[in-house]
Amino acid sequence: MLLRLLRTRVRLHLRPVGLLLLLQLVQTAAAVALPRLNAAIVDQGVASGGTGAILRSGGAMLGLSAVQVACTGGVLLIGSRVAAAIAHDLRASVFRHVRSLGPREVARFGAASLVSRTVGDVQQVQALVLLVLVVTVAAPLTLVCGVVLAYGQDPALTALLVLVVPALGVPTAFAVRRMRPLLRGGRTALDEAARVLREQIGGQRVVRSFCREEDEARRFAVHNGELLSLSLRTGRLMALMSPLSGLVLNCAGVAVLWIGGHRITGGGLSAGALIAFLGYLSQVLSAVALTAYLFVALPRAEVSAERILEVLDTAASVPQPRKPVRAPLRGGRLEIRDAGFRHPDAEDPVLTGVGLTAAPGETVGVVGPTGSGKSTLLNLVLRLHDTTTGTVRIDGVDIRDLAPAALTGTVSVVPQRPTLFSGTIADNLRLGRPGATEDELWRALETAQARAFVEDLDGALLAPVRQGGANLSGGQRQRLAIARALVADPAVLLLDDPASALDQATAAALLAALARANTARTVLLTGRRADAVRDADRIVVLEAGRVVGTGTHAQLLAGNATYRALARSRPSVDGDAPPPDAADDDAAPVGGRA
Amino acid sequence: MTAVRRLAALFHEERLTLAAALAVCATGAALAVSGPLLLGRATDLLLADTPGPFDFTALGRLLLLVLAVHAAAALLNLLGVRLAVLAVERAVARLRERLQTKIARLPFGFLDAQPRGEVLSRATNDLDTVAQTAHQVVGQTVNSLVTITGVLVMTCLLSPELTLLTLALVPVTALATRAITRRARRRFTAQATAAGALTAHVEEMYTGHAELRAFGRGQSATRDFDRHNADLRDAAAGAQLLAGSVEPVTVFLGGLGYVLVAVVGGLRIASGSMTVGEVQAFVQYVRQFNQPMAQLAGLTALVQAGIAAGTRIVDLLDTEEQPPDPPRPERPAASRGAVAFERVCFSYAPDRPLIEELSLEVRPGRTVAVVGPTGAGKSTLADLLLRFHEPSAGRILLDGVDTAAMTRADLRSRVGLVLQDPWLFHGTIEENIAYGRPGASPAQVEAAARTARADHFVRTLPLGYRTVIGGDDGEPGLSAGERQLITIARAFLADPAVLVLDEATSALDARTEELVREALTALRSGRTTFVIAHRLGSVRDADTILVLRNGSIAEQGTHEELLAVDGAYARLHLAHPSP
Repeated sequence: MLLRLLRTRVRLHLRPVGLLLLLQLVQTAAAVALPRLNAAIVDQGVASGGTGAILRSGGAMLGLSAVQVACTGGVLLIGSRVAAAIAHDLRASVFRHVRSLGPREVARFGAASLVSRTVGDVQQVQALVLLVLVVTVAAPLTLVCGVVLAYGQDPALTALLVLVVPALGVPTAFAVRRMRPLLRGGRTALDEAARVLREQIGGQRVVRSFCREEDEARRFAVHNGELLSLSLRTGRLMALMSPLSGLVLNCAGVAVLWIGGHRITGGGLSAGALIAFLGYLSQVLSAVALTAYLFVALPRAEVSAERILEVLDTAASVPQPRKPVRAPLRGGRLEIRDAGFRHPDAEDPVLTGVGLTAAPGETVGVVGPTGSGKSTLLNLVLRLHDTTTGTVRIDGVDIRDLAPAALTGTVSVVPQRPTLFSGTIADNLRLGRPGATEDELWRALETAQARAFVEDLDGALLAPVRQGGANLSGGQRQRLAIARALVADPAVLLLDDPASALDQATAAALLAALARANTARTVLLTGRRADAVRDADRIVVLEAGRVVGTGTHAQLLAGNATYRALARSRPSVDGDAPPPDAADDDAAPVGGRA
Repeated sequence: MTAVRRLAALFHEERLTLAAALAVCATGAALAVSGPLLLGRATDLLLADTPGPFDFTALGRLLLLVLAVHAAAALLNLLGVRLAVLAVERAVARLRERLQTKIARLPFGFLDAQPRGEVLSRATNDLDTVAQTAHQVVGQTVNSLVTITGVLVMTCLLSPELTLLTLALVPVTALATRAITRRARRRFTAQATAAGALTAHVEEMYTGHAELRAFGRGQSATRDFDRHNADLRDAAAGAQLLAGSVEPVTVFLGGLGYVLVAVVGGLRIASGSMTVGEVQAFVQYVRQFNQPMAQLAGLTALVQAGIAAGTRIVDLLDTEEQPPDPPRPERPAASRGAVAFERVCFSYAPDRPLIEELSLEVRPGRTVAVVGPTGAGKSTLADLLLRFHEPSAGRILLDGVDTAAMTRADLRSRVGLVLQDPWLFHGTIEENIAYGRPGASPAQVEAAARTARADHFVRTLPLGYRTVIGGDDGEPGLSAGERQLITIARAFLADPAVLVLDEATSALDARTEELVREALTALRSGRTTFVIAHRLGSVRDADTILVLRNGSIAEQGTHEELLAVDGAYARLHLAHPSP
């Protein structure tokens, strides 16, 4: 996973990585040469070769240390830059890929999860790349340099040096292998425990009202127990590491002295070389230990790599046309013919055989009870889903043949829960048409019943909007979103329950103004209540995904039972926005349902 | 100091294991320190100018001793670390459990006042920090301290002058490290700021994804992203470079010490004042000295973070809990659903009363609607009835028994609650509906869903009743109304004597709400329902309508009576005439 993610990205930085390897080579060679110089000093001391020679060797050691630190600095400089650059490229790939996905895929991941994949998971991968470049690649180099230098001094002892690597490496690899699934499991168990806790904190009233405190404690205890057992098993393996490497180091030291002893008494080895070998030994062993550390750090980065690839491997669920119609359609004649939609594997379809036509200048209302499929119908026109049966055509063109840009240029939407972006009011209004004049903005605001409150804002069109429109009320956000859609000037305008966040008087004024303004535009308007759509030219009544009536308000009141039931008045007590629109949970169905 | 003592109390149950771990680790480290000295002896034995053939038995015996010492040290280390892991992990798991049960006992006055992530963060992030700190402190401090002391003792024995010479480098290293870390901290702050800006931008773009796409935008969004992304890249590279440079600097200074020892040692060998074995041991000790020093230095920052996190945990654990259930609770003889409020007062802050002298009597089987402007205390009434809050004066009776004299579990098994903001946990729709009645059969769940008008839309979902909802990573987007229907089905299945619907149908259309209410009436015949509502249309059929204002009942009566009185209710009604 990690390899697949990094392969192509590392290739972009081959030159700096090559330079880094070169510096690492010099650095390790210098580090490994130090024990040899130390050996020379000892031998000069033993031979009473005089202070001059000893100081000269000391000077050489000093020089090598300086070379080593300079190279390490270079490695660090290049390594941190390459790691940061790879992270940068990864973030850019993920971000651009998400932007190419349909809202349905985005909803399946959830915005919060996508954010953590774009930023947090990439950071994990970056940390690993840095570790490998700065620390881990030095390990094999140290081994090679150590063996080469040691071989020059004593081939037999060098064999010992080589043997030591599997002596420490094999048990370490064994422990790490056993540890990796445990580390991954521990990570998951930790996340699970946190999730359960978050649920419990959010739902304390429900938990306590159903007297489920003890069940919840048990539910948590399961995760906690699993977490404990995994941590203990990991810890027991972890505990092996340090004594193991200490033991191997010291056993090897003893072996060096025993074998070296025979060689010294035989006259084949100097006292200094013996000390040098002890030095090589600790260098080689710490290289092995550092490699082991990489494998401990690996599982976390692997999980992150998987989460990143999961996004990158997700294909948009709505296929692109082969020979697309590229120009936006200007007429706006909307025909939905026999449209059905069923989620994959679902028992019942959401929509069945829905037919509806709307001519330019016409406003068609879609009304129906909760869960009747109103928002799904709008999603079909936006191509967030493709119909499973039937077609949606605009000006006679099947929307599946429209290029994405042509479709967005033809159809605009006001979702139930519109998102505004940080910036100014004007920035937000110009989202669909950056070149719109101020006059056009004010005209759209007027129609959207938003002129008065925007005029009252400090700065009017230039008043700041905080992220998500947090500094505006639900009703204000809704009206700005309507104005935004009007500024985009689409041939087909979809309004998903615009009255839900507005009081009745404003809603009525809005619909009247829309009717006046929409002379040549096709409008599809949904509502939960009959009065939200009563002024539409035609009203389609949906129930359980089927059309159960079509006509004007008066006709339907007279002849349609479902419509009559939806027409019962339910005025608000105090004119506030009804609560679900004020709450910030994830219930906006347009673009919402996966 | 008190903070540390309170923290230490968290590990009280593990004190014996911890003490054993520390003692074993210390012994092991002390043993290990003797290794280089013994190896040096062996070298000297080898190089000794003895006449005749070399006697390998003495060398062999010495080397066997070295092996034995190290084997013992390794075993002790293994045992000590295992004990430490056991103690710390068990203590952390116990702490996690205590935090979880604590949350279930916190009064809502406290819970409601906390930002949502605050309590969670203490039980997760802070606990992780404490666990990490404890592992490091237990695993490393003693080891490092013993090693440093041991090495100092050994090197002083070998050569006090050479020891002083190498120690002279310690303050240099410390100063250099401190200078770098201080600068690195600034760079890390810059990195965190850049990451924060990027996260905020990405979050906004992903949240508004549908709109950006619908409006064919993205160019400008991508430009902003590229700018933030490049900022983060540069900040990250800078921070990593600085943080990483501690290592080469300490390595260089350590290398300097090594060179010093090598040179001075060589001169001493030449002058005969030190043996080769002693110099060899000294060199090994100098290499051993730097690592524990660096570990201890790193530990101080970690310990500070650990203490801060631990204090937050202890503060939460010490938060006052809701009062315990009465020792000898009373139980109403029959579950009929008669509710009475007697001069009930409630306030969060003494100077701002929320409910004042509210009295109310509801006969079994009646439907009471509670209306009034936002902040009138409608939801507080429900909280008081379920004893999520305790009245500051007055009492509430259920079937003639003071609810304060009942156990909370008994009370709540008789009173059901459906909230405006539907709470769904991560699980299937079936599990969510069955929450109020563990062990309910699938048929019962589906029957409840049918009654709540949720059956149809559930069947259009990819896996029907087995569709998983409420996850962190997105879900099949249920609309607000659909989520409410699921929680209503849950309440139907639980079937309590008194049902409180707190704006529970606010996201439903008129017809569905009507059907839900009909089902409710049919199911609840002979029992009691409170409907807290925002819209007048949904309350006109209630047996009694309460108009709350500023925490007391402004008007009370049936729809017709209240219209006849021509008061607040009538005015509200006139403002929103029926079509």
